[in-house]
Amino acid sequence: MLEDPDAELVSRLRAGDERAFAELAGKYQHTLLSMARGYVPSNAVAQEVVQDAWLGVLRGIDRFERRSSFRTWLFRILVDRAISVGAKERRSVPVDGMEPVVDASWFDAGGTWQVPPVPWADRVDDKVIAAKMAARILTAIDELPLHQREVVSLRDVQGLSSDEVCAILDISQANQRVLLHRGRSKVRQVIESEFGRPR
Amino acid sequence: MIRLRLGPGRSLVCQQAVELVTDYLEGALSPARRRRFEGHLAGCPDCPEYLIQMRALIALAGSITPDDLTPRMRSELIGLYRRWLADEG
Repeated sequence: MLEDPDAELVSRLRAGDERAFAELAGKYQHTLLSMARGYVPSNAVAQEVVQDAWLGVLRGIDRFERRSSFRTWLFRILVDRAISVGAKERRSVPVDGMEPVVDASWFDAGGTWQVPPVPWADRVDDKVIAAKMAARILTAIDELPLHQREVVSLRDVQGLSSDEVCAILDISQANQRVLLHRGRSKVRQVIESEFGRPR
Repeated sequence: MIRLRLGPGRSLVCQQAVELVTDYLEGALSPARRRRFEGHLAGCPDCPEYLIQMRALIALAGSITPDDLTPRMRSELIGLYRRWLADEG
């Protein structure tokens, strides 16, 4: 098993360090809220679910055996609470894998680009623009459908492995990849339309 | 809709290639498919840009440190911690 990036914070939390709790909360709160929001009807309820998940962490931290990473354990707690509050059955994630995610009208009848990608990636060298793009990426992820949002947040923002994400969401690797593909494609489209500039 | 079921030996078109980008980045393509994907990119004027953008997107998303707890959220969470501590003790 890979080393847990939160190992030190977990040890400090167990030792009763309040700041370790605040640090963990800072690191994960946005993603937790974003995920919870997909299961429950309002922001207020999502906040309650996230608070409840943190309470679960505090109550369980001494028994947390580090067989998984802290973050896998944390997100698993969140999803469990969110499901029970939202009462939405989420075991079957709908995936229609064969449908293309990139707008078909961008291609000609032969499948060649008719409207090629507008460059923007070179602009990340400008720190100010990169920060704006990053902020826009975060809001674009929050606008994705629930399962895509979960997968893209966990993989690309939080940096979890595909194994961790599959364990948290109880989905297959293939399913995870389809959701990741769809989510990333949409976010790329948003960034291109707002930051792309023709050569 | 474009079929992704690719006959052996036939080269990819752009629309098929972009649909394989995530599987490529995830290392989930079979060696034969990976070769065809890379073969398409080597000769395509536009698809490499798409791959560059996907990589940039992932790097940018990973650079986000969502440590933007509002003061209110922070005090709520610290309050939660202290209440829990008091209940425990």
